[in-house]
Amino acid sequence: MGDLDFSFLASSNTQAYLWRGLQYTLQLTVVAAIGGTIWGTLLAMARLSSFKAMAWVASAYVNLMRSIPLLLVIFWFYFLSPALIQWVTQADRPPQIGADRSAYITFILFEGAYFCEIMRAGIQSIPRGQVGAAQALGLNYWQAMQLVILPQAFRNMLPVLLTQTIILFQDVSLVSLLNVTDFIGASSKYAQGTGKIVEMYLFDAVAYFSMCFALSLLVKRLQKRIAIVR
Amino acid sequence: MNFGIFLEQVPDGDGTWLMSLASGLKYTFGVAGFAWIIAFGLGSVLGVMRTTQSKAAVALGNAYVELFRNIPLLVQFFIWYFVLPGMIPGVKKWVISLDPTTHQFVTAIICLGLFTAARISEQVRAGIQSLPRGQSLAGLAMGLTQAQTYRYVLLPVAYRIIIPPLTSELMNLIKNTAVAYSIGLVELFFRTREMGEMTFRYFEAFAAATAAYVVIAMVANRVMAFIEKRTAIPGFISGGTGGGGH
Repeated sequence: MGDLDFSFLASSNTQAYLWRGLQYTLQLTVVAAIGGTIWGTLLAMARLSSFKAMAWVASAYVNLMRSIPLLLVIFWFYFLSPALIQWVTQADRPPQIGADRSAYITFILFEGAYFCEIMRAGIQSIPRGQVGAAQALGLNYWQAMQLVILPQAFRNMLPVLLTQTIILFQDVSLVSLLNVTDFIGASSKYAQGTGKIVEMYLFDAVAYFSMCFALSLLVKRLQKRIAIVR
Repeated sequence: MNFGIFLEQVPDGDGTWLMSLASGLKYTFGVAGFAWIIAFGLGSVLGVMRTTQSKAAVALGNAYVELFRNIPLLVQFFIWYFVLPGMIPGVKKWVISLDPTTHQFVTAIICLGLFTAARISEQVRAGIQSLPRGQSLAGLAMGLTQAQTYRYVLLPVAYRIIIPPLTSELMNLIKNTAVAYSIGLVELFFRTREMGEMTFRYFEAFAAATAAYVVIAMVANRVMAFIEKRTAIPGFISGGTGGGGH
């Protein structure tokens, strides 16, 4: 233990390199959390819809995403994204898209399945009478959702959504296995280049722990505040 | 698309691609099985500790859960695989004496076992705490010791309540074995990638792996639902996974 040398972390080059990796990780986390919540909310509405076919498709999608490993999904979309984008934009040829960018699609679509289950629970936690009341006031489905149900569902589920976002933040590390330079990718490349493997991964563990632990404490405080108001 | 590829021979291997994937699946199940034993045992102990009156036991249990929940699984794999042998010469000596596959296999079991234990302890704690306080007080009033109260009163009901979340944890564990790919363990995902890379049949390889994981999930769900039904206490309304609404 005595011969560990962390002095390389003081170098501004190292710091800049790791910071760029962390920036990517944070960016991907935020985009996927927002995109995943929107996609997940739509899925939840589909799952709860009275159109049987739509409910079935949405639940099949969610169950599929939840039964396969994230790593497999990351690689799936890495290979499928170019074809998918070509199909959406009707381009002549598949666009060149790197793993760092296909990861955005992956995480939005994958996390959407998990956010869907959270939002479904949130929507179901609203008493049915509110839907009836909204209809009695003459609101249509979208108005009732947008003005009555979803604001309350979001509020009730906010701590759970944020906890899922912390998990997402940790899951982003898996993109490093596709050679993407996220925080862990940057660390791995640096560690392999300099041989500082032990020190680097210890630093990563401490860094992730401090960030996630601090965030989870914040979520706990938020949960208490929301609970009192409710 | 050409699904005949699965029957083609693996170059410098001794079998078809289908057999290669099957051997990966064997490692996936092997790691998940052993890790589940560690996770269930340790998770139960930690979960019980966190419901006792002892402040030290609660703090220790909580610290364990926070530690293992706030570090990404991938980093935990690196810690067990690279950092531990690098820091402790005794471990390094032992690890070098091992066959690399054995080293990866053991590392994956320990890493996933300890990681999943934190999650199971959460479920066990929640299960015990969901029981009315009167149950444990009644046990003590009957003259049972605290250990007996847990063994005969609290845990038999708590475990039944948490069968659905334990099912999810088992599924998560099986899915998480794919992360062992990062240390080179030849489990299902490793074999899938290898097949994709060597044959350029990525679609077929990934489709096969996806199908395998989906079937595993469905079977595990059915098995756990069966266990839930068989162990249900007559007269109790089980929490259950089905249903919904109010």
